Amino acid sequence: MKKILFIEDESALQKSMGDSLRREGWEVLSALNGEIGLRQAKTECPDLILLDLILPKMDGFEVFRELKKNKETVNIPVIVLTNLEQMEDVEKALELGAKTYLVKANYTLSEVVSKIKDILK
Amino acid sequence: METKNKICNALNPVAICRKYEVSLWQCPQFLFLIMGFVILVAILAVYFLGTERIKDPTIISLLVIGITGFLLLVSFVITSSLEHLADASRMKTEFINIVSHQLRAPLTNLSFSLDFLTSQAVPQSEASCEEYYVILKENTQRMGDLIDNLLTVSRIATGKFPLKKEDVSLGELMDGLLNKFKPFISASNIEVDFQKDPNLPKVNGDRLWLEQVIENLLDNAIKYTKGGGAIAIKLKQRNKKIYFEIKDTGVGIPKEEQRFIFERFFRSKNALKEQTRGSGLGLHIVKKVLELSGGKIWFKSKEGTGTTFYFTLPIKRQ
Repeated sequence: MKKILFIEDESALQKSMGDSLRREGWEVLSALNGEIGLRQAKTECPDLILLDLILPKMDGFEVFRELKKNKETVNIPVIVLTNLEQMEDVEKALELGAKTYLVKANYTLSEVVSKIKDILK
Repeated sequence: METKNKICNALNPVAICRKYEVSLWQCPQFLFLIMGFVILVAILAVYFLGTERIKDPTIISLLVIGITGFLLLVSFVITSSLEHLADASRMKTEFINIVSHQLRAPLTNLSFSLDFLTSQAVPQSEASCEEYYVILKENTQRMGDLIDNLLTVSRIATGKFPLKKEDVSLGELMDGLLNKFKPFISASNIEVDFQKDPNLPKVNGDRLWLEQVIENLLDNAIKYTKGGGAIAIKLKQRNKKIYFEIKDTGVGIPKEEQRFIFERFFRSKNALKEQTRGSGLGLHIVKKVLELSGGKIWFKSKEGTGTTFYFTLPIKRQ
């Protein structure tokens, strides 16, 4: 079973996204802040990380940079799912190696799920 | 006719300033006109005085120095009025950034939840649906609250913010709020100590807004005292004023950010690290409500140690 780590501080989003991902038959790990997310990424070795950028404790970019520094996490594909849509943020995330950058407001839940499916294939 | 009107309007600084919604003495167009007028009059006057009246070049020089000093003052006023406009423009940009993000977050919660509910192939159990209804309700409320706050700030800024005059007991308000926040306080592992003088007189103000003021200060104290701590609240009489103090052992406000804390849309880095939600309007509204009620607010804070907010309100006249 594929394992997805969802780092997002909005519990409502954790619920709807988590439920849809579980419905696809995947295991979902929820992290409500950057610190917990990073820790789980290191210990649980997920197949994919869905990462928000505005996070408490440690923001998404910090988490991302740490993931890239670490041997065990450097190869985990990361999808950025955020409401930040400034060009410099998009560029920064893609430079760090994000598989794709999704602005929440522009996608439906099922569209996000199908993007994940494409990457996990 | 229409073009004539347009030209007249373009040449009329008063109309332009009114359009920008700035007072004449903060409006560069008007100030430039005044400065031009002063320069012309000064040149002519000095010329006239120099050729006709005053023969002593020292006096003329002093006169010119005086006029130059005055013009320097006017240009300083113009520059600072430009600063005011630049500030207004910066506020607008911040406004758009913050509002769009703070409105989008609950909007995404709503739309993703609705996506999930409506895409059900297998009917959901009632319990699970119930959780989604709570999400829908909370996030609709969150958007509503933000819009209410924005309207309040705009009413305050335009001076259209009427406050009622009622007899209000701050002690009772505080008791009620502590009761309401009980679950939040114990869930946050916080000890609250509330001390009030016996027989405290009432204040004269708007009950609902004063309740919001105290609620906001209490809510902040709890929110930013992460991982447990203590909050001490004092309510006293001092001369003809009621004195309120709320001290927390929270994250504190960094020194370099302290002067911005009551500004619209400002959020401290420490606050953002604990809580990504928030519009940066709460303390601005708190300050304005207290000032409009004849009161004053101030604070002391040390990063990593905690923050104490104080306010005073005049006692109701007998």
